[in-house]
Amino acid sequence: MMNDIPAGLYVHVPFCRTKCPYCDFYSLTDLTTAAAFADDIRSEAELYRRDFREFDSLYLGGGTPSVLPAGKIARITGILRELFSLSESSEITIEVNPDDVTKDKLEEYKDAGFNRISVGVQSFVGGELEILGRRHDARRAERALQLIREEGFTNFGLDLIYGYQGQTRESWLFSLETALRFSPRHLSCYQLTLSDSTPLGGKRSLLRPVIFEEEKQRSFFLETSRLLTDRGYIHYEVSNYAREEKYIAVHNSRYWRHLPYLGLGPAAHSFRGGRRWWNLSSLRLYRESLREKKRPLRGEEELDRGRLLLEELMLGFRTREGVPLTLIREIGGGEEVLNGLLEEKLVVVNAGRAAPTREGFLLADKIPLRFNWGEKNGRGG
Amino acid sequence: MARIRNFSITAHIDHGKSTLADRLIQYAGLVDEREFHDQILDNMDIERERGITIKSQTVCLPYTSRSGEEYILNLIDTPGHVDFSYEVSRALASCEGILLLVDASQGVEAQTQANLYLALEHDLAIIPVINKIDLPAADIERTREMIEAELGLDPEKAILCSAKEGKGIEDIFEAITREIPAPSGRVEAPLRALIFDAQYDSFRGAIISCRIFDGRVRPGDMIRLFSLGTVHKVEEVGVFRLRREKRKELGAGEVGYIIAGVKTVSDTRVGDTIVLEEDSKALPLPGFKEVKPVVFSSIYPINSDDNASLADALERYKLNDAALTYQRDSSAALGQGFRCGFLGLLHLEVFQERLEREFNQAIIMTSPSVRYKFVLAGGKEVTVENPEYYPDPALIEYALEPYIRATILVPDRYMGAVMTLCLGRRGTNSHFNYITRGRMEINFDMPLAEIIHDFYDKLKTITQGYGSFDYDLLDYRRDNLVKVDILVNGEVVDALATIAHVDRARPRAKEICDRLRKEIPRHMFKIAIQGAVGGKIIARSTISALRKDVTAKCYGGDITRKRKLLEKQAKGKKRMKMIGKVMIPQSAFVAVLKSDDE
Repeated sequence: MMNDIPAGLYVHVPFCRTKCPYCDFYSLTDLTTAAAFADDIRSEAELYRRDFREFDSLYLGGGTPSVLPAGKIARITGILRELFSLSESSEITIEVNPDDVTKDKLEEYKDAGFNRISVGVQSFVGGELEILGRRHDARRAERALQLIREEGFTNFGLDLIYGYQGQTRESWLFSLETALRFSPRHLSCYQLTLSDSTPLGGKRSLLRPVIFEEEKQRSFFLETSRLLTDRGYIHYEVSNYAREEKYIAVHNSRYWRHLPYLGLGPAAHSFRGGRRWWNLSSLRLYRESLREKKRPLRGEEELDRGRLLLEELMLGFRTREGVPLTLIREIGGGEEVLNGLLEEKLVVVNAGRAAPTREGFLLADKIPLRFNWGEKNGRGG
Repeated sequence: MARIRNFSITAHIDHGKSTLADRLIQYAGLVDEREFHDQILDNMDIERERGITIKSQTVCLPYTSRSGEEYILNLIDTPGHVDFSYEVSRALASCEGILLLVDASQGVEAQTQANLYLALEHDLAIIPVINKIDLPAADIERTREMIEAELGLDPEKAILCSAKEGKGIEDIFEAITREIPAPSGRVEAPLRALIFDAQYDSFRGAIISCRIFDGRVRPGDMIRLFSLGTVHKVEEVGVFRLRREKRKELGAGEVGYIIAGVKTVSDTRVGDTIVLEEDSKALPLPGFKEVKPVVFSSIYPINSDDNASLADALERYKLNDAALTYQRDSSAALGQGFRCGFLGLLHLEVFQERLEREFNQAIIMTSPSVRYKFVLAGGKEVTVENPEYYPDPALIEYALEPYIRATILVPDRYMGAVMTLCLGRRGTNSHFNYITRGRMEINFDMPLAEIIHDFYDKLKTITQGYGSFDYDLLDYRRDNLVKVDILVNGEVVDALATIAHVDRARPRAKEICDRLRKEIPRHMFKIAIQGAVGGKIIARSTISALRKDVTAKCYGGDITRKRKLLEKQAKGKKRMKMIGKVMIPQSAFVAVLKSDDE
């Protein structure tokens, strides 16, 4: 394996104080064995030392990394720095729940080298937080953001969720405006998605929120995009906005650019050089595997040229960067499809790339299907 | 010959024919318990799934009677559907008797009666068998009453049986030896054998199933297929014992197979007579007729590059299905394809399923049509079985369409519903009578076109499964017919056009538009679906534009899942046909033919 390009490093912290009923990421609420998690990461990281050396981003996600004592977080970053090289300018992010944010914790994060914080706010309206089953209240979220700013973190962002009944246009704009008061460098605005595997998404759930019908989803999406763009944010991915180019999430952008990343922790995914692999999504099995000094894999796949191409289309059309025209021309009939998309104003061509418009973002899952990625032009690949 | 019995089992659908056949085979010791698996005779998956027999099969069963005499019992299994009634009639012509199976929980049904009449026509001994006596819903007394009242048979002779549990099987064997006469025929006379089936074998060509009426046939004999006049040299003769078993000869009274270098099934004709080549004065056995398709539909490969592969599949399919007819056809919307003729709608459905499953062909079938006749100005008559060739309306003097005589048996409480259904399908000349207390026979003359879509499904629905149905082709009658065009986004989809009675054009067009609306996925633009007669729009529906389709999150763990979903959708897209800018799934073409689940 090549290990010359710096990769991104992700750590999945599989613990939460409570489960958010709409979330389908792997996590446990039993924190009794959380203390040993740093050791797990050491054991797993050691198994990858041969293949990965240099990283230029680190992201602690979950789960809720902030439920771990700050000392444990510092241990994890310490271990990773000991085993790998993390470049000076690395983006180092931690996801936090507003409830967990304290002055002391933030100081320790800073000492551990974190330079970016992502806060799971979801809404600034109490009733909405209840519908979403969040444990914090709106005031708590505001206080957390205040603290983060006071502690001198400039690069922080927050997540908001919209598009479910109980929410109104006014309440959504209120959440957005409240968020903007803190001048976050980054904003993620997700339309609520319910997967069948979650308590809220489960078909029989009485609590199941009702997702907006299509036209309403559209109008919320478009209004959000317009409003944030007017306020100087760059709408750089379907659900993501950055205050300036330099605040575009470095780590997350790797996912959309097919750049290499190593994921540690249960259920984490990794990718490099056309190969993707993912870990067991059970802490117990994950640990058992590590005890035997085996990589705790649950699955892997090798992407052939056709699949890589499909992913490049699928991911590319989710981002402002879009897809290189050279790639589109590789596909049989690609030029023609592109012309159609241009005519329908779903994409624009800029600097040799086809990038989605706002309407294009709204149909990002459909656009790749317009191309016959199975059929190649000329020599292909 | 005195120890040979040739018989068949006939039954209404689902009355347990195949299960009984399997039991007889098992009892005769042709398979042991380990080999025995359900419904040996129904070889095709489709047959098993639908619970019907499509191809005839024959099996030669040895049986030692209670009195110690050894018999050879030839079971000739017949197709169980009205579409194949000619094949059934030839199989019956090869027998001296039948087991008439009646489900103890269902009683006598339309097909039971039809089978009885067929057996009477062939002058066969009839042994009524009451099956499924193990069922809690079994009503043996009532079934006996029906056998007496509706079939006119002696209920005392009915054998009680549970094929599923293996009860009554020996009684059936005894009754066969006792009630069914031994075949007659003269071994010394010149050969006359009746072809009642043929199956294709990739090494041997056509394996001809036949009943020898006179004479004998041996390997080396030169034979002539009477109606075709072709001559072949016999390579092998034998009997079926699940597998083929070679014999030195087949003689009068016997049932077996002949392999004679006949290339395909289509080089034989069911109902034809096999004679010796040298016998120039030979007369054929009675009853031969050429079966003619009555339902027509065009098929197109979903991917037009697959045309050659479809042609090849049809050729191979045809090797084993002489009743199928096909010829090249083309459609502006769907490209190059084939116009196929079928014996009925079931034949068509079986064809479609087999082509997909066994021959791996992704196809689109157009709305089935009957064969219409148009008398044009000047008296010229043209036949049209493809709406595309509907004549210039200005030239049409009048139109003729094929009619059938429908026979429907139902409990009398459904009479009103059945009448409404039939009248709605342009039924005329109705006739009904009580066959027993509470049960009616209803007859109607109806256009064949009205029953080929979903008549039987509808009948089953409105009678909660109690109605049974059978029909005979009658004649051609004058009707006022129009061609209904379907337009998708302004483009005429010729493959969706149908010919309909003028009064039925609007509801039919509306129905098609609505079904297409449900089946065609939303596109990024609005799609108009319209029905038109002679350029005038008579029905329409609209599919709204898809304006949002995007997943909120796509991070490390979501990418593979998302890509797989796209791959699946792309696969689905491959099964769609582009009409202008609209992708029409194969299911939309099928849905137009099916009934609504109301």
